[in-house]
Amino acid sequence: MDLRFGDSKPTDEERDAVDALLGPPESSWEGGGDRAGDLRWARGGREARERRDLLLPGLHAINDRIGWISEGALAYLCRRLTVPPAEAYGVATFYSLFAVRPRPTTVLHVCTDLACLTAGSAGHGRAGEPAGTGHGGTDGPGHATHDGTDGPGHATHDGTDGPGNTAHHGTHGPGDTAHHGAHGPGHTPPHPVAPGRELRGGEELCVALRDRLGPGSGVDVRPSPCLGLCERAPAVLAVRAGDPVRTAVAAPAGVDAAVLAATSPGAAPEEPPAARAVPQAGQDSLVLLRRVGVVDPASLDDYRAHGGYAALRRAFALGPAGVIREVTESGLVGRGGAAFPTGRKWQATAARPERPHHLVCNADESEPGTFKDRVLMEGDPYALIEAMTIAGYAVGAHHGWLYLRGEYPRALRRLEHALTQARARGFLGDDVLGQGYAFDIEIRRGAGAYICGEETALFNSIEGRRGEPRAKPPFPVEQGLFGRPTAANNVETLVNVLSVLTMGAQRYAAIGTGRSTGPKLFCVSGSVARPGVYELPFGATLGELLALAGVRDGLRAVLLGGAAGGFVRPDELDLPLTFEGTREAGTTLGSGVVMAFDDRVPLPRLLLRVAAFFREESCGQCVPCRVGTVRQEEALRRLADRAGGASAEGDITLLREVGRAMRDASICGLGQTAWNAVESALDRLGVYA
Amino acid sequence: MTAVPLGIPRRLVEVSLDGRPVRVPEGATLLDACRAAGKDVPTLCQGDTLRPKNACRVCVVEVEGSRTLVPACSRRAEPGMEVRTDGERVRHSRRLVLELLASSVDLSTTPGAAGWIEEYGARPDRFGPDAARVTEEPRVDNELYVRDYAKCILCYKCVDACGEQWQNTFAISVCGRGFDARIAVEHDAPLPESACVYCGNCVEVCPTGALAFRSEFDMRAAGTWDETAQTVTTTVCAYCGVGCNLTLHVQDNEIVKVTSPHDNPVTHGNLCIKGRFGYQHVQNRD
Repeated sequence: MDLRFGDSKPTDEERDAVDALLGPPESSWEGGGDRAGDLRWARGGREARERRDLLLPGLHAINDRIGWISEGALAYLCRRLTVPPAEAYGVATFYSLFAVRPRPTTVLHVCTDLACLTAGSAGHGRAGEPAGTGHGGTDGPGHATHDGTDGPGHATHDGTDGPGNTAHHGTHGPGDTAHHGAHGPGHTPPHPVAPGRELRGGEELCVALRDRLGPGSGVDVRPSPCLGLCERAPAVLAVRAGDPVRTAVAAPAGVDAAVLAATSPGAAPEEPPAARAVPQAGQDSLVLLRRVGVVDPASLDDYRAHGGYAALRRAFALGPAGVIREVTESGLVGRGGAAFPTGRKWQATAARPERPHHLVCNADESEPGTFKDRVLMEGDPYALIEAMTIAGYAVGAHHGWLYLRGEYPRALRRLEHALTQARARGFLGDDVLGQGYAFDIEIRRGAGAYICGEETALFNSIEGRRGEPRAKPPFPVEQGLFGRPTAANNVETLVNVLSVLTMGAQRYAAIGTGRSTGPKLFCVSGSVARPGVYELPFGATLGELLALAGVRDGLRAVLLGGAAGGFVRPDELDLPLTFEGTREAGTTLGSGVVMAFDDRVPLPRLLLRVAAFFREESCGQCVPCRVGTVRQEEALRRLADRAGGASAEGDITLLREVGRAMRDASICGLGQTAWNAVESALDRLGVYA
Repeated sequence: MTAVPLGIPRRLVEVSLDGRPVRVPEGATLLDACRAAGKDVPTLCQGDTLRPKNACRVCVVEVEGSRTLVPACSRRAEPGMEVRTDGERVRHSRRLVLELLASSVDLSTTPGAAGWIEEYGARPDRFGPDAARVTEEPRVDNELYVRDYAKCILCYKCVDACGEQWQNTFAISVCGRGFDARIAVEHDAPLPESACVYCGNCVEVCPTGALAFRSEFDMRAAGTWDETAQTVTTTVCAYCGVGCNLTLHVQDNEIVKVTSPHDNPVTHGNLCIKGRFGYQHVQNRD
């Protein structure tokens, strides 16, 4: 390719960031040294272009170091990878975590999504509740001291989360949530935002934070879609560019905790252990979550001492076909939302003659209200690595790709550490467990795009292209990542495979119902006393789950499946939580989101947030979704703002017609489900009736 | 050698279109089948010289067994498919796509749009006066062609023609996301600062007039553009030995636009800067 890279030059720091990822340039064709000498020969062609998949890691490298991506940095990265600058610019502008204009080194992502939105508004005025966010700045110093007393390791954590620091995590049991809950609005706010003013959700937290930080603070406060920290809503994530990039999470976040995270991410208190998100942690009945809070997530030995790598040994004994047979007989279906039979997917991939095959783990958990995969990855990272190895073995892949959500820094650290350990100990590499099977895993970070959870968009993202979904057919099992047969599975699905193999298909299939087998994780948040990830066998009712989580009085609605799911009424609590049960009831289980809203939460505001979410996250490729999500939001805004007495009929008709076209004619699941929640609010909850 | 490429003989597959059997060569799309059967299916992002992008979704049809509607332009015909091309469900989505597009961008120079809007009963104004629109000023940054993104429906055809499907220049890409997505060069710079080689192959495939010859843009602004007064003459480019066909669009004895026949085996509609824009010497009368 005869590419034009322009005249912009990278700064030394930008060049260094790129070279740290790619190594020094080999010639001036890649932007290095001796131009006159190198012009006597040419380097290019397929070999140079086939590194396109390093574009996204390269953009991350620059963004992590500098905080934004300048023209010179982009040009240098393009030269290194032989990528047209226009295309790289298209990719960089696709992802919300990247900026192509100068901005402060620290970005404070403030969750404005459903759980955080209601944590702000619903928490107000209720003394003694754990959210502790009812009033501006109330959690103040309490949050920091609370974490500081929590254990010897916490106070010293600097955001790099080395393996040694995590050892104590296993000591935290479910009782910790109550301890956490002791911090209510009782603290005296040292810097009240405004006397008597309540914080209502992330957007207003944004305003308060901008007020507090003031101009020139070096912190860019940005509203963010769901950060996957709903059990500790409201949440903020601070990212400070540098070498190394530093991150800090404050959740539940008041103004003080958020400001501390943003201004000194290295000194901010460490997050509570992952087990804190699992109220059932330590219970004998758990299958998927049995190690979370029990094992040290940094220790491979601890993992093995708790049954780790037994499933992989069984897999090697069964052989690839045996594993697929076992998974098929277990009735396991995908847990990411689509509920496709895992065994069939693996069989179809394994049977394809093209090589190589790929295994992709979809850890781009971005559905608002979902955080189960994060808890699994943070609390039991080796389980995912073992499960991916088994899946790779079954489908004939030697390379596993773990596409991890960009907003999950702690999961990234834990997984990177676990991968290093597994490689060093022969659980990954050229000869896994001495069985002659070569397998390794590469983590690829997403960069802020809900759509990349759609599997074909995820492939494009890994390949260094805009994360736009592809047309199906061809399906991923035929032409997936790099055009090759690919099995793409969600984290929870893969972790289930361990139990399928250790328990055997029959025993596994005996859990749950006939058509929805096995245990299921549910992400419960909102108006409940004990939000978190719950594990229940399929078939438990919504009421049982909510009772377990301690649903509060005045329940108005429950959102199942996240923004792409649907609302159900408080009188539908006997709904069985199975794929078939929810389908028959005209709703969906989706990825297992169960978000409870009480009667103090204004439904129109929730619907507006859902609509804004889809409008912001639409990739823009197809017309029904690109424009339809805008029109949906406009109509909902008119309805919410409508003066008393004005007829809602016209806008509801419009919503229905636009929604139907989005569902029927959009390319992918995002557009097809963008109207689900709104429709269910109209039909089941009777909003605007 | 033949003037018309014959290709490898292909098996025929039979599909049912609105209850009537239609036979098309294996590998043909449902759009091919519809056209073979004389059914009118609206298309915008589909290009006869480009691989289907199926982005606009105006060509959707209903296939028995499919949960959603499918784009006719890209879905291949399979034996036994039962396709409905004109049911209420299909007409609803087509109408909405037209309404969504026409309410957000300017379709005044999109051939066929006005007719389809009438045919499907689309009412783009139903979203109210405050409905968000793409508001972009025309970008007049060079002498040869103009980019008016207020008319752009993001069909990706210009990007595909500029990139690996034809020109391999890769000067433009889709940037941004969602409703804010736009076609742009790197850093959204003016064209003369980009990799653009002014082949005009993007203009050739643009379905809406968002990309237009400068001459056409100026004449439209002056109100003198009149396609009924234009003659169209296909000739051979005189610059080099490749033998590209040029189609000269002439109004008032002036060349106002140059295209190339899409079925021409040499060009497939593509030209270089000389064939596309280098015609001034022909009408230099001094």
